[in-house]
Amino acid sequence: MTNTSTIARGGGTSSAPERRRRRSHRPTKASGLPPRAVPYVLLIPGILVIAGLLLYPMIQVVVMSFQKVGLAQISGKRPTEWVGWENYTKIFENDIFWSSLRNTVAFAVITVTLTLAVGTAVGVLLNRLSKRMSTFVIIGIMGAWAVPPVAQGAIWGWLFNAEAGIVNWLLNLLPDWLSQALFGRSDWTGEPWLNDPITIYLVLIMTVLWTSFPFVSVSVLAGLKSIPAELYEAARVDGSGPWRTFWKITFPLLKPVFTVLTILSIIWDFKVFSQLYTLMGGPTVREAFNLSVYSYSEAFRSPPKMGSGAAIAVVLTVILLIVTAIYVRQMVKSEEVQ
Amino acid sequence: MTPLARKRLAKIALNTAGTVVFLIAVFPVYWMIATSFKENDQIFTTEFIPFPTHFTFDHLDRVLTEGVAGNSIWVYLRNSAIVALGTVLVGSLFALLAATAVARFRFKGRTSFLIGLLVAQMVPAEALLIPLFLRIKQLGLYDHLLGLIVINVGLTLPFGIWMLRTFVAAVPKSLEEAAWIDGASRFTTFWKVLFPLVAPGLVATSIFSFITAWNELIFALTLISDSSGYTMPVALQYFFGQRGTDWGAIMASSTLMTIPVVIFFLLVQRRMVSGLVAGAVKG
Repeated sequence: MTNTSTIARGGGTSSAPERRRRRSHRPTKASGLPPRAVPYVLLIPGILVIAGLLLYPMIQVVVMSFQKVGLAQISGKRPTEWVGWENYTKIFENDIFWSSLRNTVAFAVITVTLTLAVGTAVGVLLNRLSKRMSTFVIIGIMGAWAVPPVAQGAIWGWLFNAEAGIVNWLLNLLPDWLSQALFGRSDWTGEPWLNDPITIYLVLIMTVLWTSFPFVSVSVLAGLKSIPAELYEAARVDGSGPWRTFWKITFPLLKPVFTVLTILSIIWDFKVFSQLYTLMGGPTVREAFNLSVYSYSEAFRSPPKMGSGAAIAVVLTVILLIVTAIYVRQMVKSEEVQ
Repeated sequence: MTPLARKRLAKIALNTAGTVVFLIAVFPVYWMIATSFKENDQIFTTEFIPFPTHFTFDHLDRVLTEGVAGNSIWVYLRNSAIVALGTVLVGSLFALLAATAVARFRFKGRTSFLIGLLVAQMVPAEALLIPLFLRIKQLGLYDHLLGLIVINVGLTLPFGIWMLRTFVAAVPKSLEEAAWIDGASRFTTFWKVLFPLVAPGLVATSIFSFITAWNELIFALTLISDSSGYTMPVALQYFFGQRGTDWGAIMASSTLMTIPVVIFFLLVQRRMVSGLVAGAVKG
């Protein structure tokens, strides 16, 4: 691009600063755009992508949840057929829907709570470690965060493998009487962790907790670093213990950070797909489905039932919307009160 | 106990806790790598063998030559790389343009656009999956990596804009104004002044998009049916379908899939965290 052109910027849209510049004989390059249009032009590709790949499909999925979309409709042999609320009433009658819903919600509640608790504890710990030690621990936990979800599923599936998994080896190390008293058994070899919904979720919770606490820790650490040390000194002088200091100083000051972390965790944990899919080795154990896997397996089974898959996806989206909206509202409210 | 002794004890306790956290975080990854270099009799055992005493490259060799589902793991790694790089190239450009718009200009609809970006974070991929599957089929992009690239651009763009926006906003506006006064055109100002300063942020955002696309499973699972077009996350599933699961091969493939991501991740982790929570900390 050359700047040799000296054509003054014309047109009636020029704003005050531009007029000033023109008075000072600023050599300018003609740009065919009025300044007001620039941001919109810059946004065009982004808006097209978001509208075409997110907004429009979002509307489409709602529409499809009221249609019958089977093989005949996909291949265009038959026109789309409106079925009203039938997809919804059918999934509401299905036991798998209710177990999926229960699994989704229970998993999210437990995992979000654990992630925030463990993540915050580790964040506080990191803040008290020496610089070198905290860097060392951060690199380690970042490694856990970075592992691809599918690899996470493979790794934890291997750790909990029935025949040769290290978890069974570890449990076999327990003294027989203790293992007997706690779990009613002493030999763990062959324990099929990944065949039963409850134990699948036990493994899934550990997997997701393992990979998601680092983000909370690092964010909390970043927040803690921004709190002036004088506050803590003052608290110590006033005789405040560590527990009290955390709830009276650290937590209120980091509340905005916790808000974001909680919302993000809820959003992420409600939609867990890859880890669960890999741990189960595909959509196998129907009782262990969550809404994501259930929607996928309905829509892409043979013969496909895309309408009912869409209805399940809509239910999941509505739940996410409600949870996030309630949470954001409460946060806004409590900010106003203070 | 003297205060000094107590202080020392506290330090030991803290360092021990730190080490425990480190070990818990790292062990599963270590176990994956260790397993991929163990011989089968050391893998399929009820004993605990902390590290491979008979180091073997058999599993790596096997996944790279025989592979799974009819192709070498190289094919799947290449497909994943194509999808991820394609996503980054297209996505970064779009994200940079949009981020500049929202960080540098005040215009009608700006707030709605930002809220839209946040809402987009929440939309589950499963909700988009069915309509997009049908659309991709209509467009003839089914079984094409290009289809996956398009989808991944859509999935990563909202967050990319959101993250990049803070980097653009951090560049002092006076620099651009100075260039502007010196007679630089809008494009030159953007390219010569803003771009170099935003480049680190752009790298961070790109790596984030790369990782997201590299890890994406559900669309890759539904939009590709020919095994030569599988990406790594899909290919890995095929090891589980086999009788007598080959854990050496699974762990070797997982290692190959994980290494690039972990390296990238460690490079940008600090920026990524600041991008994610920036809005919260700065208000």
